[in-house]
Amino acid sequence: MKILVCITHVPDTTAKITFIDNNTKLNESGIQFIIGPYDDFALARAIELKETHGATVTVLNVGEANTEPTIRKALAIGADDAIRINTAPTDSMYVAHQIADAIKQEAYDLILMGRESIDYNSGVVHGIVGALLDIPSVSPVMVLDIEGTTVKISREIEGGKEFLEVELPIVAGCQEPIAEWKIPNMRGIMTARSKPLKVVEPVAFNHSTETVSYENPPEKGSVKLVDAENAEDLIDLLKNEAKVL
Amino acid sequence: MSILVFIEGSEGVLKKSSKEAISYAAQAGSILNDQEIVAVVLGSYDESILSNLGSNGATKVINVEGDVFAENQIGVFSDSIQGIMTDNDIKLLVMIKSSFSDNIGGRIAGKTGASVVSSVISLPDVSNGFKVNKSIFTGKAATTVSVNGDIKVLIVNKNTVELQESGDIAPVEKIQVSSDIEVKIKITGKEKAEGDILLEDADIVVSGGRGLKGPENWGIIEDLAKALGAATGCSKPVSDVGWRPHHEHVGQTGVKVSPNLYIAVGISGAIQHLAGVNSSKVLVAINNDPEAPFFKAADYGIVGDAFEVLPKLTEKIKSL
Repeated sequence: MKILVCITHVPDTTAKITFIDNNTKLNESGIQFIIGPYDDFALARAIELKETHGATVTVLNVGEANTEPTIRKALAIGADDAIRINTAPTDSMYVAHQIADAIKQEAYDLILMGRESIDYNSGVVHGIVGALLDIPSVSPVMVLDIEGTTVKISREIEGGKEFLEVELPIVAGCQEPIAEWKIPNMRGIMTARSKPLKVVEPVAFNHSTETVSYENPPEKGSVKLVDAENAEDLIDLLKNEAKVL
Repeated sequence: MSILVFIEGSEGVLKKSSKEAISYAAQAGSILNDQEIVAVVLGSYDESILSNLGSNGATKVINVEGDVFAENQIGVFSDSIQGIMTDNDIKLLVMIKSSFSDNIGGRIAGKTGASVVSSVISLPDVSNGFKVNKSIFTGKAATTVSVNGDIKVLIVNKNTVELQESGDIAPVEKIQVSSDIEVKIKITGKEKAEGDILLEDADIVVSGGRGLKGPENWGIIEDLAKALGAATGCSKPVSDVGWRPHHEHVGQTGVKVSPNLYIAVGISGAIQHLAGVNSSKVLVAINNDPEAPFFKAADYGIVGDAFEVLPKLTEKIKSL
């Protein structure tokens, strides 16, 4: 079985997000970049499947050269090889076309990624890739097991979960608790340096959306405190002032 | 030209938040001079439920019945809606963001080549092209996006517009989907979470954090939630240690909520938690630590012991 795990290179969840160049560019100074947390779950499940089912795991990132440390980390965690598609991931449709093209070259059985990237939060790339390749896509996936060529999935739905069965190949957008995050060990870090990382140029595709500018939300006004002794006064405020009750 | 709106539902009930998409489309329609707002519902629903979508701003409701729509199937739903778009030459599809609609919007965009924007938080600005604002970094920032494609799919965040309720009734047209629908995914079972109110769809959410000291103390959260008709949530550390189930985890890597009222009890307010709640209308923090970062983000706060404060709130609500 050949597994492809698509990873994003995103600011750490604790990062303070600000912009530079007249609000047209993310201020990367002081920001630590990580494998997208949802992608990291997908990668961890892929490594588990490799151990139990004897798969090969390829990681793919759509990004420029600065994402390579993040890709090396995925190799250190246990992926066998990596592909970097050398272009900025500016739009869901554009990224999905790059991923779909890579899959057409190499016929993967199982394509895993996070349910969404934590920078743009769009959550649509798995669906677009599935549609472009005309194969099923499922998200958000919380349990994924393979029996022969059948994938058994538990998907989160609002108000519960749903159990599914589908034949390979599929695209799955993953989330907790599909697997525990894996932390690279020293041996993994050493071997990651020599694992193949192939850089390929993007396929031509017009951007269907364009980012014009960024902004931070307005600062909140100060909090209105209610004395704990008269806690019930809060209810009056919520009812009569905030009008949310 | 018509705007098509996808409405989600299950087991005979349409999702309340999903109806906001119609009100969004109606307002977008007046900007775009699109007079027809067509709501599409797949599956079997009472005629009155369907025609009442007129109250939210639909001028017409298209309903497609069939056993194949008994479950919310990603492939079946996206293929069917795409068929309706193609048959009616629809250039704009609107839906409210959910863990289901992301799938639908993505697949339809892949099939039609549409420009898709997810997490939309504004009406379109057509003064120069077609632009919308979208939430990024889980609400820590926003961006203005120019949407260039001939066909557009907008996946809109909840609370972007007010749900309109005019009392109008819309005509319902029953149609057959022209293309053959292939079911590739088999749904073998379902499991319902406890609680009657969906966290994602709730108007009020009461969440607890580590300040509650243990899962055995969740009664005061549940009592307040019950009195308010609220859903219950929790912080990540709480679901990580298993005090509460994972699906209650609210935050950047959990459920993102945007209720009218979010009450955080014993939650310090880590940036990742705030990211999951910052599109709520009103935030309330209850914490015994006056330095808790949540007080900086909250509209209202009480510095005090949750075990004393919450029962007082619950009593007061019950007395109203």
